[in-house]
Amino acid sequence: MVTAPSLRTARQVAAQVPDPELPMLTLADLGVLRDVRLTPDGTVVASLTPTYSGCPAMAEMRADVAARLRRAGFEKVEIRTVLDPPWSTDLITPHGRRTLREYGISPPGPAPRRTAGPVPLVLGAPRRAVGCPRCGSTDTEETSRFSATACKSLWRCRACREPFEHVKEL
Amino acid sequence: MSDDIDAIDATDDHVYLSLAEGHDDGAARWAFGTGFEDPLHGVDTAVPDGVDTAELAAMCLALGDDALVCAQRLAQWCTRAPELEEEVALANIGLDLLGQARLLYARCGQVDGTGRGEDAYAYTRDPDDFRNTRLAELPDTDFAFCVVRLLVLSSWRLALFGRLASAADPVLAAVAAKGVAELTYHRQYAADWALRLGDGTEESHRRMRAALAAVAPYLGEVLDARPQFAAHADAVRQETLAVLDQVLLAAGLDLPAAAAVPGSGRRGEHTEHLAPLLAELQSVARAHPEAAW
Ligand SMILES: [Zn+2]
Repeated sequence: MVTAPSLRTARQVAAQVPDPELPMLTLADLGVLRDVRLTPDGTVVASLTPTYSGCPAMAEMRADVAARLRRAGFEKVEIRTVLDPPWSTDLITPHGRRTLREYGISPPGPAPRRTAGPVPLVLGAPRRAVGCPRCGSTDTEETSRFSATACKSLWRCRACREPFEHVKEL
Repeated sequence: MSDDIDAIDATDDHVYLSLAEGHDDGAARWAFGTGFEDPLHGVDTAVPDGVDTAELAAMCLALGDDALVCAQRLAQWCTRAPELEEEVALANIGLDLLGQARLLYARCGQVDGTGRGEDAYAYTRDPDDFRNTRLAELPDTDFAFCVVRLLVLSSWRLALFGRLASAADPVLAAVAAKGVAELTYHRQYAADWALRLGDGTEESHRRMRAALAAVAPYLGEVLDARPQFAAHADAVRQETLAVLDQVLLAAGLDLPAAAAVPGSGRRGEHTEHLAPLLAELQSVARAHPEAAW
C-alpha cells in the first residue's frame, strides 16, 4: 500500500534533479531549488529561482521537478518561481563547486558585492586570477566573457594550453 | 511505498522528456513563442495598494519593448559577427534581454487590464503600439555601431534598474534587481570594446566616431525617458552621461553634439526600420495564428 510520502523524501527527490545545462550539478548544488514544503492538504510546493532572466531551461526544470515528485508518489505537486532575492553564484554549494572542478569547469569566485548607488564601471582592470581546472595553473586568460551558456565565460590555460570554461560570478 | 529515492532514475538527464510529460494531458504546444509556459508561473503577482497600475504597465511595456527590439538586433549578428566569440557574446546578451522582456510583458498583461500573455505583446502588436526608444531599432550598419548602441542602452538601463530595484511593485522590483547583474556584464562588454576600438587603429577609431555620430541624434530621446520614466529621468540621465564620459575619455573619443531627430519612440513614433524588424520577428505568428504541434 502507498503510504503518504514524507517531506524528507520530497526534499531529497527535488534536490537530486539535475540542472539541464550543467547536468553534473543538481538543482540543490546550483542553489536554484529555494524551498520544498508540504501543505496541510498534502501538496508538495517546490520553489525554484532562475539563474538568468533569459534562462531557457526554467520550463524544463519545473517540469522535471514535478515529474520526479509525481513518480515518487506525490500526487499533488505545485512548482513556484521565486525572483526575489535574485540567484547568485554564491548559492552554489561547496559540493557543487567541487563537482564543477571535477568536470573541468572552473567554479566561480565570490560574487561582486552590490553596494548602494551606481554600479561602478572599471575599465581595463586586471581580471581576477582564475585557476585552470585541469593543471591548477593561474597563468590563464579570458578569451570571451560569454560562452555556450549565459552563466559561463571561455578561458585558456597558458601552462597546459587547454581551453576551459569558468562559471561567471553573478 | 515509494520512500526509496533509489527507485527514482536519478541518472535521467533527459529533461526535455519531462517537459513533454508535463503536457501529456493532450494539450498541444504552440508552434512558436512561449504559449506553453508563463515566466511568472507561481510568482505572487498581487499589486500593492497605492501602485498606479497604468504607470506600472507603461513602464513594463517600454522596458519590455526596448529589450525585445534590442534582442532582435543582437540576434541578427549571428553568423556575421567579427569573431565567433563576439557572436556568442551578442547572442547571450540578447538572451538576457529576451528573458527580461518576457517577465516585463507578463507583468504588463497582469496590470494593464487586458489579461494578455507575453506572446500577445511580442507577436500581435503593430509598430505604433511599440514604446521602445528609437535607438534600439536602428539597423546595425557596423560592429562599432552595435558597440556604441549597446554602451548607451545598457548604461541607461543599468542606471534605471538600479533605481527600479526598490520600486513599489514587487515584480518590477525583482525583475530590475535581477537585471542589474546581467546589465553590468552587458555594459562591461560594450565598454571594453569601445575602449579597444576607440583606442585601436586609425580605422577602428574612425568607425567609432562614425558610430557616435549616428547614435548622437537619438541620445536625447533615451535620456529624456518621458513619459514612462519621468520620476527617475534626471538621476538616470546624470549617471548614464557620467559612464559615457568615462568610457569615451579613456577611448580618446568625444560625444558629438547633434540635433535631435523629431518624434519619440516612447510615444509610438518610430523610424522606418521598426516595421521590417517586427515583420520578420512576427512572420510565423502572424501567418499561423494559434498554430500548435
Ligand atoms: Zn592548465
